[in-house]
Amino acid sequence: MSKTIKVKLKIWRQKNRSESGHFEDYQLDTVSTDMSFLEMLDTLNEKLVIDNKEPVAFDHDCREGICGMCSLMINGQAHGPEKETTTCQLHMRSFKDGDTIIIEPWRSKAFPVVKDLMTDRSAFDRVIEAGGYISVNTGNAQDANTLPISKENADLAMDAATCIGCGACVASCPNASAMLFTAAKVSQLSLLPQGQVEADERAQNMVAAMDSEGFGNCSNHAECEASCPKGINLSHIARMNRDFLSSKIRK
Amino acid sequence: MAFKLDAKIPEGPIQDKWEQHKFKSKLVNPANKRKYSVIVVGTGLAGGSAAASLAELGYDVKSFCIQDSPRRAHSIAAQGGINAAKNYPNDGDSVWRLFYDTVKGGDYRAREANVYRLAQVANNIIDQCVAQGVPFARDYGGYLANRSFGGAQVSRTFYAKGQTGQQLLLGAYQSMMRQVSKGKVSLYTRKEILDIVIVNGKARGIIARDLVTGDVERHVADAVILASGGYGNVYYLSTNAMASNVGAAWKAYKKGAGFANPCYTQIHPTCIPVSGDHQSKLTLMSESLRNDGRVWVPKNKEDKRHPNDIPAEERDYYLERIYPSFGNLVPRDVASRNAKNQCDAGKGVGETGLAVYLDFGDAIKREGRDAIAAKYGNLFDMYQRITDESPYEQPMRIYPAVHYTMGGLWVDYNLMSTIPGLHVLGEANFSDHGANRLGASALMQGLADGYFVIPYTLGHYFGSNELESIDTSHEEFEKCEKEATDRINKFLSINGSRTADDFHRSLGQIMWDNVGMSRNKAGLEKAISEIQDLRQQFWKDLKIPGENAQVNAELEKAGRVADFLELGELMARDALERNESCGGHFREESQTEENEAKRDDENYCHAAVWEFKGDNTTPERHREELSFENVPLTQRSYK
Ligand SMILES: Cc1cc2nc3c(=O)[nH]c(=O)nc-3n(C[C@H](O)[C@H](O)[C@H](O)COP(=O)(O)OP(=O)(O)OC[C@H]3O[C@@H](n4cnc5c(N)ncnc54)[C@H](O)[C@@H]3O)c2cc1C
Ligand code: FES
Repeated sequence: MSKTIKVKLKIWRQKNRSESGHFEDYQLDTVSTDMSFLEMLDTLNEKLVIDNKEPVAFDHDCREGICGMCSLMINGQAHGPEKETTTCQLHMRSFKDGDTIIIEPWRSKAFPVVKDLMTDRSAFDRVIEAGGYISVNTGNAQDANTLPISKENADLAMDAATCIGCGACVASCPNASAMLFTAAKVSQLSLLPQGQVEADERAQNMVAAMDSEGFGNCSNHAECEASCPKGINLSHIARMNRDFLSSKIRK
Repeated sequence: MAFKLDAKIPEGPIQDKWEQHKFKSKLVNPANKRKYSVIVVGTGLAGGSAAASLAELGYDVKSFCIQDSPRRAHSIAAQGGINAAKNYPNDGDSVWRLFYDTVKGGDYRAREANVYRLAQVANNIIDQCVAQGVPFARDYGGYLANRSFGGAQVSRTFYAKGQTGQQLLLGAYQSMMRQVSKGKVSLYTRKEILDIVIVNGKARGIIARDLVTGDVERHVADAVILASGGYGNVYYLSTNAMASNVGAAWKAYKKGAGFANPCYTQIHPTCIPVSGDHQSKLTLMSESLRNDGRVWVPKNKEDKRHPNDIPAEERDYYLERIYPSFGNLVPRDVASRNAKNQCDAGKGVGETGLAVYLDFGDAIKREGRDAIAAKYGNLFDMYQRITDESPYEQPMRIYPAVHYTMGGLWVDYNLMSTIPGLHVLGEANFSDHGANRLGASALMQGLADGYFVIPYTLGHYFGSNELESIDTSHEEFEKCEKEATDRINKFLSINGSRTADDFHRSLGQIMWDNVGMSRNKAGLEKAISEIQDLRQQFWKDLKIPGENAQVNAELEKAGRVADFLELGELMARDALERNESCGGHFREESQTEENEAKRDDENYCHAAVWEFKGDNTTPERHREELSFENVPLTQRSYK
């Protein structure tokens, strides 16, 4: 059953990449607990517009937890308090009447703020560009069932491939490392026979791109795993490290 | 400029048309390909696969999208699966049957030749995706698994958990990023196309707004491909992503591209019901759930008991009762209309009475909770997150919601619109789905268009046309840029009292009430006049804060709503002119005694193609006659 609650919001406002930002306070008095977190922000924005104020900029699109567009540090946690839940899937029933909610953008050198709560995550695209694919041109494929793949590996590959590229792993890591993101792709492709051919090169190139984009090192804090809305786990990092080391040895 | 509709369907038996056509098409030799540039608008399945494949061939590709990364296009949200006639389950499938099912599912309002080609190349898509590393579901022997979907009696749907669209899109995105690394694709993210530039009758470029800086930019190319998705958001509430819009397609229409069958809308039967006024979008629960879920309502009106307290004999499993041979797996339009009928009859459930049950109780008893969790776990979790109810413990509540638009820009067999050089792929074209799309067929069509059709037909266009050398200083670019800038300034200068969302909600209500699941003459006429009024208010009373030279989400929304306010009227007009029921388009004036849809082949066996005639002037309706030589015209029956 839905009810309404009052919340106080402290939101990071920043005009653009170059200007510095600050927190602003807002109060909402009739928030339905059936609302999603982003619908709560919609309500705030509609109010701000009517009052001739600038609405809060935030990224979002699918609102189904799959496009990876939404972000937000909510009370210091990437995507807020619920486990394996993106911000767009978070509902206000996770908050209590009278709560103060602090909302910030992802904070990482590799993800500069574009405006307010929006960041530039194109560094992730460049990591994929460095090798996160199998080099097969359209038209080159053999029949899909020619190569059986054990269900176990197919399922593990799917678990890794489920990454939505939101960047929560980077945002919650004290070193702002992109290991989980990178490892998920390396791991997915190396679990599949199709991905074996380029496995060595892929791991090397993607790790190099990750470093050059300014992401930090992984020192096993495991915050990434805890904050991942898709439940991607650290075993993928271990798998990538194996691939990476053995590729170095082979070199 | 009146247009001529020539579908360019190749001669010969349907099985040979595509092969023959490819053989007869002009080629561009490999060394010359790099001299041609192509703008691809959209990075969904259609645009992403096209950009990758064209770049592999050697063309210079510029790829545009609204989101911050091409990987986030709305295709990512597709859940259930993708069809192909591999016949791996050995259950009687074939290219012919997939073709037949798609024509019939579309209620005989699609072009046979296109549908046949779609069925033919579908198998190549699965091969291609597996080669890219798409982790489709597999059985214990390591072979690919299939499930069944509505409107088919065979299992032909390939899937990757409930995230098939995501996996297919990532496959296309990764192929495209590989071409970015080779310098063959240039990415333009966070850009919105505001206009299509036509030079001497040919599509030669676009005007785009940078969504971060507000800069209005010109881009020139030798051809333009629109793969900008569907327009379901005209209803405000839909399962589409928030940024899904008609803008690029609408600008093309206003520049002379025919818009076909705008009224064909798919209302998906299994979505999570609306919870309140704050609702910003609707969430789909994949149709695959109907494989195991049973749809029912209480037999008695306004039965307020908890569903688990209603005994079996007091439940009406109405789909199983009315359609014994397809049962819960009837096509979407049939399932949606029946849900509406039950709710209209006072048997709807939940707080609003606008919902029916989708019940997994029997499936859980039969197969066990774990087996059901393995199939649908992520969907059940999603449902619980939104509604705070567990489908393991009690039936889901579902209601139809706008989901997909079969209408779109008219294209010929080569996927070219009535504007030479402007090709349209994926949901943005008027598609191969006729008046109703079968589940798991949109992903198939998007990838067919992008991987396997446009690489051939674009070459033919280049090979058979002389293109003059121009750059963005051409006066047409100047003019289009000025128009786009003027429109932005106009939005910012109105300074009224209502937000873009507020107008959008009003439009959505008019559309849902009158151009929704059930339509009639009076309602459609009312919709046309109400939309015209609303449009006038919009241009007088819109409120946009801030300026152009920054991120301005309100300004973006205003542009999209302005286009929807024009499109909505065209949809109502198209629905009004089509006085028959077919697929997703149900005209109350045209039904059988049992209240099933009644097609009128004598008068409406055609695609309606609208030509823009100027603002506030009635557009002209043209027809492409459809002939059915391979699938005989019959009234659809799923009984
Ligand atoms: C929730 C949901 C589930 C679905 N499940 C299935 C399923 O299981 N099986 C199935 O077959 N189909 C399914 N569909 C339908 C299918 O997902 C879509 O029809 C299909 O993905 C559309 O692909 P597309 O490439 O045509 O467009 P989209 O994926 O919508 O991509 C549109 C692209 O165009 C860009 N764009 C749009 N306008 C502009 C502009 N003005 N300027 C710049 N860029 C622009 C966008 O940024 C985006 O990149 C589902 C749909 C939904 C909503
Ligand atoms: S908006 Fe798409 S994942 Fe949240």
